[in-house]
Amino acid sequence: MSLFEKKISELHELLHKKEMKVSELVDASFSRISEVDDKVKAFLTLNEEGAREQAKYLDSKMGTDEMRGLLFGLPIGVKDNISTKGLRTTCGSQLLANFEPVFDAAVVERLKKAETVTVGKLNMDEFAMGSSNENSGFFQTRNPWNTDYVPGGSSGGSAAAVAAGEVFFSLGSDTGGSIRQPAAYCGVVGLKPTYGRVSRFGLVAFASSLDQIGPITNSVEDNAFLFQAISGYDKMDSTSANVKNQDYTAALTGDIQGLKIAVPKEYIGEGVDEDVKNRIMDALKVLEGLGAEWEEVSLPHSKYGVATYYLLASSEASSNLARFDGVRYGVRTENADNLLELYNHTRSEGFGNEVKRRIMLGTFALSSGFYDAYYKKAQKVRTLIKNDFDEVFEKYDVILGPTAPTTAFKIGAKTDDPLTMYANDILTIPVNLAGVPAISVPCGLSNGLPVGLQIIGKAFDESTIYRVAHAYEHATDHHQNKPQL
Amino acid sequence: MHFETIIGLEVHAELKTNSKIFCSCSTEFGAPPNTNVCPICLGHPGVLPVVNRQAVDFAMRAAMALNCEITRETKFDRKNYFYPDNPKAYQISQFDKPIGQNGWIEIEVDGKKKKIGITRLHMEEDAGKSMHAEDGTHSLVDLNRQGTPLVEIVSEPDIRTPEEAYAYLEKMKAILQYTEVSDCKMEEGSLRCDANISLRPVGQEEFGTKTELKNLNSFANVQKGLAHEEVRQEKVLLSGGEILQETRRFDEVSKKTILMRVKEGSDDYRYFPEPDLVGLSIDEAWIERVKSEIPELPDARKQRYIDELKLPAYDAKVLTQSKKMSDYFEKVLDNGADAKAASNWMMGEVSAYLNAEYKEIDEVALTPDGLAKMIELIEKGTISSKIAKKVFKELIEKGGDPEAIVKEKGLVQISDEGELRGIVTGILDENEQSIIDYKNGKDRALGFLVGQVMKATKGKANPPMVNKLIVDEIEKR
Repeated sequence: MSLFEKKISELHELLHKKEMKVSELVDASFSRISEVDDKVKAFLTLNEEGAREQAKYLDSKMGTDEMRGLLFGLPIGVKDNISTKGLRTTCGSQLLANFEPVFDAAVVERLKKAETVTVGKLNMDEFAMGSSNENSGFFQTRNPWNTDYVPGGSSGGSAAAVAAGEVFFSLGSDTGGSIRQPAAYCGVVGLKPTYGRVSRFGLVAFASSLDQIGPITNSVEDNAFLFQAISGYDKMDSTSANVKNQDYTAALTGDIQGLKIAVPKEYIGEGVDEDVKNRIMDALKVLEGLGAEWEEVSLPHSKYGVATYYLLASSEASSNLARFDGVRYGVRTENADNLLELYNHTRSEGFGNEVKRRIMLGTFALSSGFYDAYYKKAQKVRTLIKNDFDEVFEKYDVILGPTAPTTAFKIGAKTDDPLTMYANDILTIPVNLAGVPAISVPCGLSNGLPVGLQIIGKAFDESTIYRVAHAYEHATDHHQNKPQL
Repeated sequence: MHFETIIGLEVHAELKTNSKIFCSCSTEFGAPPNTNVCPICLGHPGVLPVVNRQAVDFAMRAAMALNCEITRETKFDRKNYFYPDNPKAYQISQFDKPIGQNGWIEIEVDGKKKKIGITRLHMEEDAGKSMHAEDGTHSLVDLNRQGTPLVEIVSEPDIRTPEEAYAYLEKMKAILQYTEVSDCKMEEGSLRCDANISLRPVGQEEFGTKTELKNLNSFANVQKGLAHEEVRQEKVLLSGGEILQETRRFDEVSKKTILMRVKEGSDDYRYFPEPDLVGLSIDEAWIERVKSEIPELPDARKQRYIDELKLPAYDAKVLTQSKKMSDYFEKVLDNGADAKAASNWMMGEVSAYLNAEYKEIDEVALTPDGLAKMIELIEKGTISSKIAKKVFKELIEKGGDPEAIVKEKGLVQISDEGELRGIVTGILDENEQSIIDYKNGKDRALGFLVGQVMKATKGKANPPMVNKLIVDEIEKR
């Protein structure tokens, strides 16, 4: 068994017993990267020198009282929209191809405190806008299960790197499904936390009211470990919730006796692939076997989710991305004779098509005369969608369904039709709009590609999500399926 | 045709918090360019704002002092526009829920009091400063000012004359200084004013098209600019022309307003709620706390001067116009000076000196204690009022102890009757014609003789005594 199939808790023990050094783990990570990343293309930037230095430093702490970090010595990959001091952070955009941040994101600081080793930065759809990594400004990340297929997105690099065994775990970000959908496509575990649970300080904003950073891992237990390390209140993020953090690993009891599961009919209805639906029904049977009960419910406004999302997220993005003007940082155009040209050419040359499309959409939706009909109305619908969830959660512990309507699709299959591409996120988007947490866990294969089971929980109740996901994972062996590269 | 002038003013005042509104950088004025900056105010990717509570307190304090209602559920919004000194390409401001609304202040012009409505007071962050090379080759940006907390205060179109505009600004400045929320230094940009002006035929309800005056660097120029614009618009209208919606600036040299740009439609800033900040809920306790922190306001102080210090209303008004002057005046009183005497000196010699030298009261050597002691010397008869002016000049320029100055310079008043009588006799002997004139009822002759005695004593003679002795001696002759 490769080192990378071990659980974090097992590696932790090996390190603490001094049966392995941090440098060995880091070496293993880099040698796996050099072995498979030509095919997977998950990494945009490697931090080889920095990682080896950190490994050496941590090795010197081994066996002493200084060996305190929760995730001591474990190699991690970080999505490239998370600010890493001195380590290039591009957001998958040519506009930031040369950008080295001067500060660490709050989560990166927390990782440093937990004593992980950052191996590199992971590819993504430009500014997290996309569901396939086809919108990366650099190159296409491929699905380790079949490299002709997309890994999902926008955290495609983060999911693929874990699935390919290049790192033990990674950080992604999720605005409309960007952690869960690639986790589902790549057969790994990905959590989108409750909005406000993880500090956004240092996450380059796409849609501020929806963005959350979350962990992508091989197992539910690993996920809970990483989540423990990165979550909690941060006074530098005004939208961070001052709620007590929980002990997430303590939730991994395996006991879901009497659990009440809601299955929205919209999540197993039209547009959802039959085979995907069957995997979900199989999962429900497993959970029933563990003592849970399920009923069909309705989230009637979820059908407006995609439209609502594309108005709100794009509106916020049009403002958030305005700062990339070539004046202070990033790649500045060489073809400008005046200020207006500097702006126009820098942005025309630096941004890709999808980013431009969304900036235009958002700018339009916020324009005077259209604001009420689009942005304001979308905000109202967002409230209705949230109310749907609140109502269901009055009676049920979790909501369950597929993460995505299909398994991964072929590279290039949907690039000509943005609307079909957007529909991919139909089952994940409502969760972001409602601000609640959700996880995607592997629940089997369909035609050789992984299917993701989505478990949605109440706000700030990640513990229950973990409890259910862990019980399910424990009762099945899907998570042991690994892609052959 | 007769026209009525409609003026509305927009005042921007920097709040004097120690740190910026959304980060912990210093707000100090005059630091080397781009030194009071951090990733947050530089708008680096991934940064988030956190509201400075003191800025909110100050904005509330100002709003209350301007009689505004406090908006209990307030929030911040983004105002989107591209400019190099606006590093996020949006300014965090307040759009539809300003922290203060529906206020007013009272002004007085030619003895007539009038209330000017205040539409709104909102919080926002200041932008950086752009400097453009004269040859047009490049521009430089200094982001020290970026993120300095501001309040924007918008008046109702209640102002009818340039004089009222001036009075409004004086009053606004006094209130912001008394509440200690802003320095209000126009020369440092901590107070800025834009003016909107339009004309309409007397009796017409509907407003005429307005022009906006910008780059007004003093209250006097606001008044002058508006006065010019008033005449310009009237001429245009009377000649059958049309006023265009323009932004104009006041040129100090030609004393004219000059076209900057014609506005085509209104700018679309695509305001929307700032998603990086949560809304602010202001409860009763918060309001009460801020209310209890508001210092005495100019009108209250003015009334106190009239009621308790028995100063004339005019003195009270002038003394309370500037908080610094008024605070200084009170310290002079604390050092034992008589209120009216102190008031005369403050309004007279002190103000004249400050105006002539373009200085503020805290920039001169004169201390409240020094001024009080000098006033005491006059009252005791140690020095004459005339001599006092010499002592004052020394005090305000170099400082020091008035008594020591008087001794050192030999300025003690001659009040010795014997000594003075000798001098008077001498002067009378030399001016026989004046004695004749005086006896013939020409009062002016007396003044001449007094002047001669003062000249002979280098101003040190006690004037009432000299008067008395001259009359005395003439009668003897």
